[in-house]
Amino acid sequence: MLLIPCPFCREDRSEEEFSCAGEAHIARPEKPAELSDHEWGDYLFMRTNPRGPHRELWVHTAGCRRYFNVLRDTVSYEVLVVYEVGQPPPDPPGGDES
Amino acid sequence: MHGFAGDTLASALLANGVSRVATSFKYGRPRGVVGHGAEEPNAIVQLGQGGASVPNLRATQVELYDGLDARPCSRSKAQRLAGTFGRFMPAGFYYKTFMGAPQRWTAGVARPTALWTASEHVLRRATGLGRVPAGNDPDTYDRFNRHCDVLVVGAGPAGLAAALEAARSGARILIADEQAELGGSLLDGSYSLGGEHASKWVADAVAELASSADVDLLPRSTVAGYYDHNFLTIVERRTDHLGLVAANGTRQRLHRVRAGQVVLATGAIERPLVFANNDRPGVMMASSVSSYLNRYAVAVGDELLLFTANDHAYRTALDWQRAGLAVAAVVDCREAPEGGLVDAVRGAGTRVITGHAVTEASGRRRVTGAMIAPLGPGADSLTAAPQHIACDVIACSGGWSPTLHLSSQTGTRPRWHESAVAFLPGDLGKRALCAGAVAGARSLRDCLEQGALAGATAASRAGFGSGRTTFTAPETDEPSQAPSRALFLVPHPKPVSRAPKQFVDFQLDVTAADIELAAREGYTSVEHVKRYTALGFGTDQGKLGNVNGVAILARTLDQDIATTGTTMFRPAYTPVTFGAIAGRDVGEFHDPERHTPMHAWHASHGAMWEDVGRWKRPWYYPRPGETMQDAVNRECLAARDAVAVLDASTLGKTDIQGTDAAEFLDRVYTIGFRKLAVGRCRYGLMLREDGTIFDDGVTARLAENRYLMHTTTGNAEAVFAWLERWHQTEWPELDVYLTSVTDHWATTALVGPESRAVLARVCDDIDLSRDAFRFMDVREGHVAGIAARVFRISFSGELSFEVNVCAQHGRQVWDAIVEAGGEFGITPYGTEAMHVLRAEKGFIIVGQDSDTTTTPHDAGMDWVVRRNKPFGFLGDRSLDVSDHRREDRLQLVGLATTDEDTVLPEGGQLVDKPEAEAPVPMAGHVTSSYHSARLGRSIALAMVKSGTTRLGDTLHCPLADGRTVSAKIVSPVFYDPDGERQNV
Ligand SMILES: [Zn+2]
Repeated sequence: MLLIPCPFCREDRSEEEFSCAGEAHIARPEKPAELSDHEWGDYLFMRTNPRGPHRELWVHTAGCRRYFNVLRDTVSYEVLVVYEVGQPPPDPPGGDES
Repeated sequence: MHGFAGDTLASALLANGVSRVATSFKYGRPRGVVGHGAEEPNAIVQLGQGGASVPNLRATQVELYDGLDARPCSRSKAQRLAGTFGRFMPAGFYYKTFMGAPQRWTAGVARPTALWTASEHVLRRATGLGRVPAGNDPDTYDRFNRHCDVLVVGAGPAGLAAALEAARSGARILIADEQAELGGSLLDGSYSLGGEHASKWVADAVAELASSADVDLLPRSTVAGYYDHNFLTIVERRTDHLGLVAANGTRQRLHRVRAGQVVLATGAIERPLVFANNDRPGVMMASSVSSYLNRYAVAVGDELLLFTANDHAYRTALDWQRAGLAVAAVVDCREAPEGGLVDAVRGAGTRVITGHAVTEASGRRRVTGAMIAPLGPGADSLTAAPQHIACDVIACSGGWSPTLHLSSQTGTRPRWHESAVAFLPGDLGKRALCAGAVAGARSLRDCLEQGALAGATAASRAGFGSGRTTFTAPETDEPSQAPSRALFLVPHPKPVSRAPKQFVDFQLDVTAADIELAAREGYTSVEHVKRYTALGFGTDQGKLGNVNGVAILARTLDQDIATTGTTMFRPAYTPVTFGAIAGRDVGEFHDPERHTPMHAWHASHGAMWEDVGRWKRPWYYPRPGETMQDAVNRECLAARDAVAVLDASTLGKTDIQGTDAAEFLDRVYTIGFRKLAVGRCRYGLMLREDGTIFDDGVTARLAENRYLMHTTTGNAEAVFAWLERWHQTEWPELDVYLTSVTDHWATTALVGPESRAVLARVCDDIDLSRDAFRFMDVREGHVAGIAARVFRISFSGELSFEVNVCAQHGRQVWDAIVEAGGEFGITPYGTEAMHVLRAEKGFIIVGQDSDTTTTPHDAGMDWVVRRNKPFGFLGDRSLDVSDHRREDRLQLVGLATTDEDTVLPEGGQLVDKPEAEAPVPMAGHVTSSYHSARLGRSIALAMVKSGTTRLGDTLHCPLADGRTVSAKIVSPVFYDPDGERQNV
């Protein structure tokens, strides 16, 4: 069970308080009507599935109920960085993280 | 039978001369105690009777108490079945049975075959799984969360040294061990530390730890699971050793531990040697023979033969001799063993036969001797015919396998070390360390020093101390040890397939021949072989057999063990009681119920209940002698003809405020709210981004910048989270505040032609007249003297007022309304009548009539969709995708059965030509179906391909009993299509 630092509560809290809301940075197109079916379908359904650092949207469901982004390694399950919605995605940290 | 305090059930059985403790699963062979701890595969028992009974315990871990009642988990009837069954069960039986014989490939989901269904109960009874306790468990259990800086798993020499060192740094320590006493392997052997018996050192260490304020010692506590981010579960058995049922207090506690650092000092498990008939009672692990002798004063026989591949096991011969018992011989598979222990055994005059192996155990009910023969250089052949040596105990030691179950649970793959002849834990990262035998240490001194270093390192990583150890290991009397020999399968004069059975996994009767067969049948992955042969599938998870099995597979495949790899271990390390997992979440706390403020009234008026989410809602209120249909008919007619009352408090309610509230609602609903006048309501559909219906409900504008949104009961939380998500992630610039107020309000829905008259009796400050309080108006006033918000909305098609008051006044207002309605025959109704009433009107229930593929157009609800809003709305774009514009989509229709009295089954499949050859093309399915008392006939809603263009067509619904019901496609609005009834 993951331990997730909520950037709003500023505490490491147990995974069972949170829900994962899928991949982060899937911005809703500004003008959906101008997209082809294919482009709209990409927004709706296509997601990356990386082996390694993955940017995810989480919500502190049983806590402050705030959404935030998590950079999480899908192999080691390490939570590498948490950052607020609207912040640019950080680069995955290098191997010297400790 | 008699035993002593401190005995385990196994030691007591052995002391009482019980050599046969089980009958094997597949072959019905007699089995005896093999080990002395968690690894025991045979002595699996069920304690006690009735609700308190506990299955699947290892007799080696059950502490004896007065009156203990135990029986083997494998039962005699199953034993007989298994005994005859076994001949027909080659390797792969389990696998083939479960997966089914090769099947003709047909569309659909693979199902367990009839063979599995028929044999499952036989297998379950025969596999030592025990019996489900009859009745409720009388004990209580606790579950709680804990935190510590360092969790030390295992209190043997390495664990104790780690805990001592970490504790001295000031860190908060938890040390857990599955045994009743701390000390681990030091409890079993005759070791000396610092010139004294090792028990003295253990006692001093435990005393120091016990006196430290920040150390918690947990004996009788098994670390069962090791999950992500150093979350571990510990099952603490508080009273199991005192009796079947706790005299007082909690029987077991599940510690849910979040540890800063973990030190795994889980030790190692001695590895059996695989030879013919090695399952005979009397063949045991060497360390177990020593443990029973040293710790329990039990000699497991009279004449010992030791069969070893390493020096360490020579201690058992020494122990046996010291106890004054006869050692028939030491058979060492190594050519020229030397070292202090070997010398000591030789010096005591014991016959040491080198370069030999036990090829076969003699005796049927228990060991009467051993056949031994010289091994060829590759250990895959014998160089002379076997000779017989009489003995009644064969103590075996193939080496030591680190107990890497917990490290493996974290996902870390164990690695094979050729020099250690063992799998060792892989990289544990920065939050865990391992020390002692689990890390491959072979001497007591190494265990102590590794433990101390791990303890200091873990504490330092957790922020305590320098990481340098101050520990000085006490002096040990260990002679140096020569390397062990890798021996995983002893050759037999006959080939493996013809030799007497050479067991690898005792619990599930897996033999060396089975593993060779699996490899011959093409299974080359160790995970597949595990599933094919059932190797390691027992409740012991292959603690003894795993490495031998892997090695035999590797040899058969002609590859090395490192390439073959090992299977992964999963929680729990040993079986965990459901009680410990459930804790106090049993009985009324098992699944909490939500009750409305009027719940007690419903209960006292005989309501039958329907569960909607966590809510308990009245389903119908039967009167004496009424069937459900009678009651529902009566309730429906009351709503249509007079007045009826429904507790609608469970409807989801979200208060939405802010200067952008209207904009926000416009974006999440298909319809517009900007122009909605204050005091008016509007029905909206909420779509997912893929254009399918997510929720529906009525939203009222209470003030310029304030709305109240109603959602379906079951979707309330999901809708609220959906709104929060869009506000926080996409539209943070909108000035909107969302508050869930579902249970702030109690809602009494007053329904029927007389509802206005009833409400007028309890409300005098709202003008209830038709033109002053129109359909879809909301008004504020007082009902029964309580401030109320009244909505004139309707889910039944009748004149209807929904009275909302603060929850704490809900019952009072309900009572007042029911009393005021008395002379009108006011009738309470439940969710079933509510469903019938709405179906008569063709109103959908989201999630019943619609599913996750249904668009507003499919549901015939284009009238709720405004495509010209500036921003659009969620799901808007998807309404135009080509698939959603198909004309043969499933569309909502009504169905009128040809026979008016036949009610179609909900979920029933509809076809055009029931007599057509299978597969018959599907035309659609029934989504809602009821008998309508008002219409005097059966009605149904259905989703039918191109349904809206097929009015008047007849469809057929084949039933499970072979009958077929025909029905005509009609409009989904069965009653009052022009909405006259609420327009009064
Ligand atoms: Zn939070």
